[in-house]
Amino acid sequence: MVHLAVPLAETLTFPSFQYRAMAPILVVLGAAVLGVLVEALVPQGARRAVQLAVTLGGLGAALALVVATPASEQGMVAAGALAVDGPTLFLQMTILVVAIVAMLVVAERRVDPSGDAFAPRAAALVGSTEEQEQTRLGWTQTEVWPLFLFAVSGMLLFVAASDLLMLFIALEVMSLPLYLLAGMARRRRLLSQEAAMKYFLLGSFASAFLLYGSAMLFGFAGSLDFAVIADAFRDKPGQLGLQLLGLGLVSVGLLFKIAAVPFHMWAPDVYQGSPTPIAGFMAATVKVAAFGALLRVMYVALGGAAWEWQPAFWVIASITMLVGVVLAVTSSDIKRMLAYSSIAHAGFLLLGVVAFSTAGLSATMFYLLAYGLTTVGAFAIVMLVRGPSGEAGHLSSWAGLGRTSPLLAGVFALFLLALAGIPLTSGFTAKFGVFAAAIESGGVWAVLAAVLASAISAFFYLKVIVLMFFAKPGPDAPAVVVPSLLTSTAIGVAVVATVVLGVFPQVFLDLADASTPFLR
Amino acid sequence: MAVITTALSIATEGAPNPGEVVAASGTFTLTALLIAIPLASAALLLLLGRRADRWGHLLGTLAAAASAVLGVVLLVAMMGQPEDARTIGQSLWTWIDVGSFTADVALQLDPLSISFVLLITIVGTLIHVYSIGYMAHDPDRRRFFAYLNLFIAAMLLLVLADNYLLLYVGWEGVGLASYLLIGFWYRKPSAATAAKKAFVVNRVGDVGLSLAIMIMFATMGTFTFSGVNEAIGSVDPDTTTWLGLALLLAACGKSAQFPLQSWLLDAMEGPTPVSALIHAATMVTAGVYLIVRSNAIFDLTETAQLAVVVVGTITLLMGAIIGTAKDDIKKGLAGSTMSQIGYMVLAAGLGPAGYVFAIFHLLTHGMFKAGLFLGAGSVMHGMNDDVNMRHYGALRAVMTITWATFGLGFLAIIGIPPFAGFWSKDEIIKVAFAVHPVAGVAALLGAGVTAFYMTRMMAMTFHGKARWEPDVHPHESPAVMTVPMMVLALGSVFGGLVLLFVGNIEEWLAPVVGFEKAEPGIPVPLLIGLTMAVVVVGAVIGWRQYAMREVPRMAPTQVSWATRAARADLYGDAVNEAVFMRPGQYLTRTLVWTDNKVIDGAVNGTAAGIGGLSARSRRWQSGYVRSYALSMLLGAVVIGAVLALVRFA
Repeated sequence: MVHLAVPLAETLTFPSFQYRAMAPILVVLGAAVLGVLVEALVPQGARRAVQLAVTLGGLGAALALVVATPASEQGMVAAGALAVDGPTLFLQMTILVVAIVAMLVVAERRVDPSGDAFAPRAAALVGSTEEQEQTRLGWTQTEVWPLFLFAVSGMLLFVAASDLLMLFIALEVMSLPLYLLAGMARRRRLLSQEAAMKYFLLGSFASAFLLYGSAMLFGFAGSLDFAVIADAFRDKPGQLGLQLLGLGLVSVGLLFKIAAVPFHMWAPDVYQGSPTPIAGFMAATVKVAAFGALLRVMYVALGGAAWEWQPAFWVIASITMLVGVVLAVTSSDIKRMLAYSSIAHAGFLLLGVVAFSTAGLSATMFYLLAYGLTTVGAFAIVMLVRGPSGEAGHLSSWAGLGRTSPLLAGVFALFLLALAGIPLTSGFTAKFGVFAAAIESGGVWAVLAAVLASAISAFFYLKVIVLMFFAKPGPDAPAVVVPSLLTSTAIGVAVVATVVLGVFPQVFLDLADASTPFLR
Repeated sequence: MAVITTALSIATEGAPNPGEVVAASGTFTLTALLIAIPLASAALLLLLGRRADRWGHLLGTLAAAASAVLGVVLLVAMMGQPEDARTIGQSLWTWIDVGSFTADVALQLDPLSISFVLLITIVGTLIHVYSIGYMAHDPDRRRFFAYLNLFIAAMLLLVLADNYLLLYVGWEGVGLASYLLIGFWYRKPSAATAAKKAFVVNRVGDVGLSLAIMIMFATMGTFTFSGVNEAIGSVDPDTTTWLGLALLLAACGKSAQFPLQSWLLDAMEGPTPVSALIHAATMVTAGVYLIVRSNAIFDLTETAQLAVVVVGTITLLMGAIIGTAKDDIKKGLAGSTMSQIGYMVLAAGLGPAGYVFAIFHLLTHGMFKAGLFLGAGSVMHGMNDDVNMRHYGALRAVMTITWATFGLGFLAIIGIPPFAGFWSKDEIIKVAFAVHPVAGVAALLGAGVTAFYMTRMMAMTFHGKARWEPDVHPHESPAVMTVPMMVLALGSVFGGLVLLFVGNIEEWLAPVVGFEKAEPGIPVPLLIGLTMAVVVVGAVIGWRQYAMREVPRMAPTQVSWATRAARADLYGDAVNEAVFMRPGQYLTRTLVWTDNKVIDGAVNGTAAGIGGLSARSRRWQSGYVRSYALSMLLGAVVIGAVLALVRFA
């Protein structure tokens, strides 16, 4: 073996790893591995506290590292597989901030009398005596935390991936833990398991699209590297079949993750079935990560073919927002409504992607920050309104909440107004930015569709507000649980962010603006 | 006062020349406080909750009064400025700055906005004072004052914004306050329903405003009034027309103009001071403000201007006809409000000849209509909250002050000289005759119908025979309520004279909105005489029918189709239902394969796996993974097809 090493070293240059630039990803991955060890070594009684410390420590340290990344460390790292540039850092910051807020909600133990939001043992048969016994003993499943951390590390990787293979790996690292987390709800377990199964099957289907598209692009460009693919689109005119197939299939794989129409159907079922804190976490952070990846693929790898995909994407964006809002109007379950709303928001966000400009990039990134924080807050509120058998999902049970719990109803109203894009909330600033970018790029019709969709969306968001403040509470009105400091902090952060990003957004707009463009 | 000259000596001034926007300095830096004071008070009252119950109403009233005083100070300061330096801009902070585009949170104080500021704050303060008495026994009085303060702040933001985007913030804000106040007695199902209706109808109008803003951005890249005024000339005429129509749609929603008028009548479910302030004097006139403020746009598009005239004319007749058939005193007044705003919208559609009179009528109407509503509230107060005029009668003897103040408002609204309404309405009729004679005839007829229904109201309430139940003991309201009524009655008497001859409203507003004198085709004295004759005939018919004859306590059921139609608000709801609601429901229920039901795997107890959502097969959102996957596949094929199409087409 020894004599073989000499020629290898001459022909291959080993990649140098810029550990400082990759440190945030490594820290979260390390914390996740540590979490697995904690499961094995720490006695059950202390596990939760240790896991929380590990998770919060890992996420906090990663956030500090992201914020403190010096400009000199930015660049292509890991042999060009990862790009640590402005958009990466901004989106990683967003993911970590939202994940920390979401984590506080996931850790909540006070709202459900029998423990947290997760089944005592996800493997126990639904309705079995074993399950009842475990519930009685108050068992909890602290494996949630390593899974949470793995998902976050996948997201951090996803937005930095600058290579189709890395993109695929990051996608799976992000998705697999989420499939599991979705199936672990304490209440309505069948629904939760069904959601997880669906998410997994459809997610695999989408991954296959992505993988097959990657193969096509590799066949076309001879490389998986975004920069090489981009050059190939510029320099190699032939092989149209490979070009178009690769372009189309890779987009489908990513459009699935952002829940664009017609790849959106998993979202309502999964959001409704998942444990609510996880649904909030997914709705917010997966959206950020998937849009980050989509932006980089479309802007960098496929940027040379922008004029080819832009028409299709204008159409997808318009259809996505219109279908999202129209379906939301008729939904009667609060989590489904939020799911359809997230589909509509994917449509608005796509406007920024299709704009294919610096303004579009920074507007989309700002939108993701604003949307992520508001969404986590909204799902946290959903968790607090409970009937005898868990959360009161049906909209009718939200009637009159403005009278019985004015503070909670007021805060929820603020989140809904932000999601509707009413001025002086973060949602307005965000929408405004992407609309402006889309108009500058000639998408006037798509923006008209967006204005129309916003108008329709106001109906269902404000329908809930009207219901809370102007309707009589029903006979079986749900109770509003007072959460512990964890969830209260999370909601407080979301409220502050929603207001600040609406009234004084300039600092963050500037930050998003300074975080452009992509490196390649 | 730099502006004391006679009204008739005004030289023709063509297009407005507001001069440059001057940066705020000295006294004018206080402009932002106008909004900040009531806003802070509202926040305080809402946050402190029950702890502020004892003094909340006093703080709310003080906040409104402080804004009013500040408004007067600013007016005096503005009068001290030369005419071309009266547009004062105050930039507070940069709100949104993306790419090539900036939106500031910036205020603009000019003769037009200061007129509104004074109307809002002074009438607002009077209504705050009145509400102390009117809401004395309501356990939620503090919350009521918080909402009122919130409304004042939002309305001031609406009229002080220097761009359409910030105006939109105020526009939504007054809407919010309005829904909260209509539904204030949400225990009453009718109040909650009315709040919802106001909300939904207003959304239709708000789409118009957001469309207008998007059109401005797409074509001109700016939203500031000064920027749009400058750039509008180079926009192509069709776009300008669409812009004008979108703004008109917005105005129709907020100002209850045809075809979005139906919510205003239901909005009367709110407490009466709210009806007086929001649904008579201020918020509902925001549409008129919007049109007048956008004069540079409307001056360039005859089509949109004509649409404004048509809408105004239809509404002024509709409102008046509805007013003739209502037995509910507040709904009668609401119909009248629609009608009077119709006059303002009509005037605003007449171009530079009409803008100043639209605002003039808006200001006088604000005074006398608020007075009329407060009078109605005072009557209701004494009649155990009964609103049916058929149960009133002969209240003059027991409510002398209410009778006198209401009577002065009555003389003002029907346009008897020298009361306030005469000056403003007469000018509108004159200009209408000069520019669109058909609209002029309609306005003239409308004046007659107005005289009829107002006389009917006056007669049924205060004259004729007493028709109230024995257990009702009508009494005059306390001074805290009657004093604001008396002050507003002074406005009904002198408001027109003062604004026209002392304030010289035409010259005051001309730098902002432009003014051209328009002469009607027939001699002015003849026209005035004709108007007076129509008014007197209307009033005499009303008096003969309702004061001289017996008024039945029950509304007669054997009535003509016209009366039935008027009682049913001229079928405004039916129209809305057919035009907006049914297509919307059709769209959501039928066109879209939708999931109304909630998935409930646990309840049905189906085996774990994929079956829980099976109930809705054959629909798109079926719950089956296989159909979802199929849909994804089809989507992918479509995307591929579109990509190929783009490439090869």
